[in-house]
Amino acid sequence: MTDTSRPLSPHLQVYRFSYTMATSIFHRATGIVLSVGYLGFVVWLMALASGRDSHEGLHALLGSLIGRLLVVGFLGAFWYHTFAGLRHLGFDAGIGLNKAAARRSATWLLIATLVAVAASAALVLSGGRS
Amino acid sequence: MSLKSPLGRVLGLGSAKDGTATWWAARLTSMALVPLSLWVLVALCRVPLLDYDTAVALIRLPANAVAFALFVLVAGYHSMHGLHEVIEDYVHVPGAKVAALVGIDFVHVVAVAAGLYAVLKVSFGGVL
Repeated sequence: MTDTSRPLSPHLQVYRFSYTMATSIFHRATGIVLSVGYLGFVVWLMALASGRDSHEGLHALLGSLIGRLLVVGFLGAFWYHTFAGLRHLGFDAGIGLNKAAARRSATWLLIATLVAVAASAALVLSGGRS
Repeated sequence: MSLKSPLGRVLGLGSAKDGTATWWAARLTSMALVPLSLWVLVALCRVPLLDYDTAVALIRLPANAVAFALFVLVAGYHSMHGLHEVIEDYVHVPGAKVAALVGIDFVHVVAVAAGLYAVLKVSFGGVL
């Protein structure tokens, strides 16, 4: 937009930072990460459909340490985005919109994500051969 | 002084009128993705090694095939919509904005087509 003489709504830079802001920004960031993860999932499906040989290469990559860390990263983004998404559905329904409730749900969001990420990391990093 | 009638001046102004449908579609897909993505995740977790044969056998199960196909479709729409929102919020250069939106559309349509094709091919057999 080139015409900025009209009044604009206040944006990030005019607000004092609060951690409920971080939950919102992180929701977007994890969404972008998951878009990449989604494309990766489709590539995995296509490799599977293309036959044993093409699947083996990707499978070896995913089984390596870097591959596993990547998977844990995508799972972390998935858990955060899922829990935060449920929180936002609550907001859309008018639930938990006051400051105290929003801060409380932000804390629970962080706890739930950390627990889920720890469980995912334990499963992915320990399970199976490399 | 303009010769335009008062009605002529305001026609076409205002919102695009279809924002509610877009907003609702994003919520609908997000609700659908909670059970769908958990299904896909749990299915993948049940075969921790995910070597070729177990992965193919997994997608061969009809319930999994349907869930995987729906996941590819719904997640594809949700991802496309989400990236649209990010571009619309932060990219304000007209050319770059349209190019990014079109690029996102094309990539997602290809991804959904490829994902659905792959799930159907594996589940209908012919790859073992």
